[in-house]
Amino acid sequence: MKKINLPLTDDAINELKAGDSVLISGVMITGRDAAHKRLYELIEKNEELPVNIKGEVIYYVGPAPAKPGHAVGPAGPTSSYRMDKYTPALLDRGLKGMIGKGARNQEVIDSMIKNHVVYFAAIGGAAALISKSIKKVEVLAYEDLGTEAIYQFEVEDFPAIVAIDAQGNSVLAK
Amino acid sequence: MEIRKINSSVITDTVKKLFMDMNYFIGEDILTALKNAEETEISPTGKSVLAQLIENHKIAAEEEVPICQDTGMAVLFVEYGDKVVIENGSFEEAVQEGIRRAYIDGYLRKSVVTDPVFDRVNTKDNTPAIIYTSIVPGDKIKILAGCKGFGSENMSSIKMLTPSAGIEGVKKFILDTVKYAGPNPCPPVVVGVGIGGTFEKAAMLAKKATLRPIDTKNPNERYAALEEELLTEINKMGFGPAGLGGINTAIGVNIETFPTHIAGMPVAVNICCHAARHKETEI
Ligand code: SF4
Repeated sequence: MKKINLPLTDDAINELKAGDSVLISGVMITGRDAAHKRLYELIEKNEELPVNIKGEVIYYVGPAPAKPGHAVGPAGPTSSYRMDKYTPALLDRGLKGMIGKGARNQEVIDSMIKNHVVYFAAIGGAAALISKSIKKVEVLAYEDLGTEAIYQFEVEDFPAIVAIDAQGNSVLAK
Repeated sequence: MEIRKINSSVITDTVKKLFMDMNYFIGEDILTALKNAEETEISPTGKSVLAQLIENHKIAAEEEVPICQDTGMAVLFVEYGDKVVIENGSFEEAVQEGIRRAYIDGYLRKSVVTDPVFDRVNTKDNTPAIIYTSIVPGDKIKILAGCKGFGSENMSSIKMLTPSAGIEGVKKFILDTVKYAGPNPCPPVVVGVGIGGTFEKAAMLAKKATLRPIDTKNPNERYAALEEELLTEINKMGFGPAGLGGINTAIGVNIETFPTHIAGMPVAVNICCHAARHKETEI
């Protein structure tokens, strides 16, 4: 089990190979369908984004509400392919990592190689377990989207697997 | 048989409890299957994924938090006894109120939007639930319910096969659907298959099939054998737990059938993730 810290450096990304089990600590941002659509539309119009994505890792998640006394509700990954349409544009703007579940299309993989980006798989459905590693949550943008807003997650030993590395090698069964 | 009066609040409370319970406590059928899969899995990553899923169920049950953040869209199959009269409201509204309270009071995620294409504004209480009611003789109300996450729902498919496709055509369509879904629907999956009826009947049967405990078989021997055969074939595909490789891509295949037209053989495949949340109750 490799321990890695966010933000990811280019050297750290180089060390990550498809199939590696990792524990991630540091600060990541979140976003799923609706937030991606908005970010993408801003990029298309060449406008400023409401959050900094340069150098960041984004987690595709829409958490369940937190019970009183919990930092966050269950928060497992959502299917990544739905973000594929928007992803290359975000990677061109400097996003360095993604966490989700399931397959990515070839355009995303090509853009990952070009931009030196890593894609992690978190375990879909292990939401209560994963939420244990999320220590602090803050809304960064698009609060009106509720669970689909962009949050900042402070995580400690967040469990994931390198699904596609920055060289384009994949561990996802075909 | 006498008329039986049931207060709408009883329906609301029952539905609320049903949906909170199914989201916190996984069924024995699924838990046993995951434990068996962990034993048999040959991929070390797959084994570790399964161990984490089992651990996840433990945490969810202990803390009474949802197993998965996608607490789904609520679906209910109701057998409504014709001697039942609801007092203080309507059956439909009582069920929707139960859903509302389960999702709000139970800290479940609200994942339903008003309009599918244009507005997509969250209804903020996970209503409306989808309710299929059939009227049956008697003075009871039987509810078979599930909450369906869309990671797996989106991987489902229906095809209007024609009789000449035969059993081979049926198998091919089911296996192709599972293959196309690949790592996306949170394997190991439960595959619900509906064969026969009309276009929408096949889809409803497939949904109902996903709600049947996976430690049961289709009562018809030939379909039970087909369930078994498909499960073996699917597990040869290699997707494995979380799609990271392994021999456990599915933990169950359930088939439901219905008579159909001389010209048709509809087949619907409703894929459900390992978080196969279903529960039954009787009022
Ligand atoms: S497919 Fe199922 S287990 Fe996976 S995220 Fe959706 S509801 Fe959860």
